[in-house]
Amino acid sequence: MNLSVQIGKLRMQNPVTVASGTFGYGVEYAQLVDLNQLGAVVVKGLRLEGVAGHPTPRTVEVTSGLLNAIGLQGPGVDGFIKKYWPFLKELKVPTIINIWGTTIEEYGEVARRFDALEGVGALELNVSCPNIKEGGAQFGTDVRLLSQVVGVCREATRLPLITKLSPNVPSIRPYAQAAEQAGSDALSVTNSFPGMAIDIETRRPKLGNVTGGLSGPCIKPLAIKLVWEAAKAVQIPIIGMGGIQSAADAIEFLMAGATAVAVGTANFYEPQTALRVIAGVRQFMQEHGLRDVKELVGAVEVGQ
Amino acid sequence: MVEQTVQILSNERHSELYFRVVVRAPQIAPLVQPGQFAHVRILPLKEALLRRPFSIFQAEGGTFSILYKTVGKGTEVLSQMRSGEGLSVIAPLGRGFTVPPAGGETPLLIAGSYGMAALYLLAQRCPQRGIVFVGGRRRVDLLCEEEFRALGWEVRLTTEDGSGGEQGLVTQALMAELKRSSEGRRLFACGPTPMLKAVARMAAEFDVSAELSLDEHLCCGLGVCLTCVVPIKTDGGWEYQRTCTEGPVFDSRRVAWELVK
Repeated sequence: MNLSVQIGKLRMQNPVTVASGTFGYGVEYAQLVDLNQLGAVVVKGLRLEGVAGHPTPRTVEVTSGLLNAIGLQGPGVDGFIKKYWPFLKELKVPTIINIWGTTIEEYGEVARRFDALEGVGALELNVSCPNIKEGGAQFGTDVRLLSQVVGVCREATRLPLITKLSPNVPSIRPYAQAAEQAGSDALSVTNSFPGMAIDIETRRPKLGNVTGGLSGPCIKPLAIKLVWEAAKAVQIPIIGMGGIQSAADAIEFLMAGATAVAVGTANFYEPQTALRVIAGVRQFMQEHGLRDVKELVGAVEVGQ
Repeated sequence: MVEQTVQILSNERHSELYFRVVVRAPQIAPLVQPGQFAHVRILPLKEALLRRPFSIFQAEGGTFSILYKTVGKGTEVLSQMRSGEGLSVIAPLGRGFTVPPAGGETPLLIAGSYGMAALYLLAQRCPQRGIVFVGGRRRVDLLCEEEFRALGWEVRLTTEDGSGGEQGLVTQALMAELKRSSEGRRLFACGPTPMLKAVARMAAEFDVSAELSLDEHLCCGLGVCLTCVVPIKTDGGWEYQRTCTEGPVFDSRRVAWELVK
């Protein structure tokens, strides 16, 4: 039975990875999860400099979901390389580095820095963080800027590039195609959805940043539709994500057209989720007589 | 830290407002340090995703226990669970209190009602006894008085409405004690943020050290999501550190209180 998949030049031993920002830098889970069983580890978004992040409260639980406005707190490229890379580079599975910048040039510079770092599996371009004005959503909701960001990173590195698309667009098709044409090797679909929650007693927003990104099981049907639409628009592989809690959820994403999937918010409450998803996909394949996980990719039958 | 589904041995009312759940967790209990917490997923609570953090109250042999008040759906459902049922826990988590060495300073413990639960293990493991100050709004908010007395500690109660102990705030009782004598004393506190701020101010005024267990909203509890950050002073200024990982216990002098809401 073959579970391995290709994301551009990147080979993953199975199609299950984790969503950026929900898995720290891997090391935080090392005591609880056998990281070497994953398809890949995806780290929290990094820009050149360290970032303090947004004021608290930064997350609030909502019905079947989580609203967050962390503000991409992080150690910056140098801090990451010093503090976390020595651990990550020893893993047997690839590390995908999620990167962002406040300018197009910064995206290129960060990509160059990681291109020079031996052992990186791929770069994921975050052009869709709903909580960061500069460097986040603005690049992901303007086709022209998106093309430029991907193009600059393409010039900066030969590493596989995965563009993480914003869900906050009327149609994902032109964005998926723009990323593909600018040289992206794959797409991540999707980031969290913009959202807000209000404390009715204090009449204050529940998040320090007022609005945030909605993730968790409540966004799964929205994400499935985006993956399905993006998959029809491009030839490059898609990593599907949004509310995955089980193998059944993951298989839905594969059938919608994703080549791989990422477990996100569930890592926060059930750290074993990704490993359970891998086991469950394997079991589903056995039960259905499938020999290669790729047989599931795009297997949804929409016609009459 | 260990992730495990542990079995409830008992789950009973501890006082008018509080419940005490005891679980069998032989892999976890021996690891518990005073001030650490357990992150609990209440499995019958289907609509909630996140785990709920609880201070570990007592740990002995292969069991540990949690004291909790029903404050929301999670604790409501927890209070209805029966012995034999399973609780998914990740524990022990966080950096707890430093147990003072034998012959060292006399510990003064300050608890805002439920904060008592986080301080019991510290009192139990302190080589020398001290004084525990516990305050709450009403008499029913106070707990563990007998448990602390049984350890040989002096217990001073305060309530805001005067229904138990002295009328006033727990920090007023602490202030009176520090005025009497502050030398050779060391403070350990757990409670709501305004109380902790007041303890920090007194620690600075009387030049005594204080370890405070901060009361921040947690999400993953594992240092990943960066929800529970607090501003901690650094050489050049300050940085956000995680209550769940670098804390929940911080030295009061390290907290950038002017930035704490």
